[in-house]
Amino acid sequence: MGRNWGNTFIVAGLFALLLGAVIISFGLGRYPIPLREVLGIALSKIYPLGQFWTDRTETVLLQIRFPRIILACLVGACLSATGAAYQGVFQNPMAAPDILGASAGAAFGAALAILNHGRSFTITVSAFFFSLLTVSLVYFFSRRIKGKSILGLILSGIVVGSLFSAATSLVKLVADPTDQLPAIIYWLMGSLAGVGNSDIRFAIIPMILGLAPLLLLRWRMNVLTMGDDESRAMGINVHRIRFLVIICSTLATAAGVAVSGMVGWVGLVIPHVARKIVGNNYLHLLPASILCGAIFLLLVDNVSRNLLAVEIPLGILTAFIGAPFFIYLITRRGEYS
Amino acid sequence: MSIEVSSLSFDYGRNRVLKQVSFTAQDHELLSVLGPNGVGKTTLFRCILGLLRGYRGQILVDGIDISGLGAAGMAKLIAYVPQFHYPSFNYSVFDMVLMGTSVQVSAFSSPGRKQKKLVEEALERLGIAHLKDRGFTRISSGEQQLVLLARALVQESKILVMDEPTSNLDYGNQVRVLTEVKSLVGEGYTIIQSTHNPDLAFMFSDKVLALKDGAVLGFGPPDQVFTEELIYDLYGMKVKLESLYHDQVRVCVPKNIADKAVSPGFVSNL
Repeated sequence: MGRNWGNTFIVAGLFALLLGAVIISFGLGRYPIPLREVLGIALSKIYPLGQFWTDRTETVLLQIRFPRIILACLVGACLSATGAAYQGVFQNPMAAPDILGASAGAAFGAALAILNHGRSFTITVSAFFFSLLTVSLVYFFSRRIKGKSILGLILSGIVVGSLFSAATSLVKLVADPTDQLPAIIYWLMGSLAGVGNSDIRFAIIPMILGLAPLLLLRWRMNVLTMGDDESRAMGINVHRIRFLVIICSTLATAAGVAVSGMVGWVGLVIPHVARKIVGNNYLHLLPASILCGAIFLLLVDNVSRNLLAVEIPLGILTAFIGAPFFIYLITRRGEYS
Repeated sequence: MSIEVSSLSFDYGRNRVLKQVSFTAQDHELLSVLGPNGVGKTTLFRCILGLLRGYRGQILVDGIDISGLGAAGMAKLIAYVPQFHYPSFNYSVFDMVLMGTSVQVSAFSSPGRKQKKLVEEALERLGIAHLKDRGFTRISSGEQQLVLLARALVQESKILVMDEPTSNLDYGNQVRVLTEVKSLVGEGYTIIQSTHNPDLAFMFSDKVLALKDGAVLGFGPPDQVFTEELIYDLYGMKVKLESLYHDQVRVCVPKNIADKAVSPGFVSNL
């Protein structure tokens, strides 16, 4: 079982890499903070320590950088975990978290909240609930489509998703072009600028409620990639497992998209990166996807807030990095590809 | 374990695919299901595996009606060896076989030491232990078929349903796989397979079920069922059935070739 031990080691390595990236990210920004002070402030939370940093440093670190860094990691983790899970239960390497309309619904929810002069937190909550609503509709309609259940889900995902996209366009059309329209467009490009600790408090519960069962179900995901008939013959209640995975993935995706806006490519590309590193077995693939997703979005967000004087929206960066990288990945081959 | 199918009928919409199909298979028996493409073999297998509901008639496994069983209950009775197809994702041979043990662990956990030991034994048993770390799509099709067979073995059910296990194999691998299948039958398994090769079916099977348009054309020991008329009825092809080695083997030869073969130089006359 050399490969298994090797993979466990790789997952541990990824975790260490993530920790390192998080610590370094705290120091980065328009207001640089030395590593010594970052560690000092972190330690002072668990151990009484003489303050050798300014109050302003502590505020920047805890009120601005902390929520942003944590959310970048969480959103990246959620999107890539659900991408990997969907690829398994839909038996399709091209599946991504928004396949059942979660993003389209969130976009509509956010646009609607902006149109109604919602504050930042209202926008997040509205995006979250419309995301859940969209996927519920998709699931409801798919149950009424005869034939293969996967095809039914994907078809009704496309239909309901494009309905909500049209609705979002309608909201854009009637929105005030001086302030509301730019706000909607900016939200759609995806960004973690301006997230606060309240966003963490809101998103963390659905994220954990989503990710934890996905991690527990990861052996079943392996079996489901074999197809419905084969998995059933191996004793798996295919519909129940797929339903559970969809619920959990939707919770995690909705919470992620609600705080970050549209961030594409992460959920498609990162699982494939993880597949290249640890293979297709979900026992290692899912933890590796979560960690790679967290690292990736954290790095991209660092670029987003540090590269230029203005913030570069996350969705633009993930597409610019993700798409070419995906081409590179799928043109390479390995024993388990 | 025995399987007893009585008066099984199944409709896809208005289309009757299975008509009053009845047969039985016991332990120590290899039953081969023969018939042209699209005759309802796959539908029959999907009914037996509990994948299709809404059939009429009865399927009993050891006297228990399977219509009331869920996926896990079915999997403990019958294992399925599917026709080879490319999986969406490539797994190592070991992981692939390990999936067969899933019914033994709860939905929220993964196979443990006991299941891994079963996998090692099954790989050893079928002589493919050296492949365990290889990717499933990177081994030969004969080896792939043995991997799928190993996956069914670790499920620890005593009835195996095999969908054309030899259809994409070369002659050597067909015989190799069927020899393994035959030795499992010797150990007490009940095995039902579908096949397109009448010669090999005669050689290896204990019973033959011939299906035409969803109905049973013949059922019984191969030496009673296999006749020139049956082959003609099944495939619309006139054949000459030659018996070899004291009727241990019967070979089908298409009639037009067999007739010409008696005259010298027949090949050039074809």
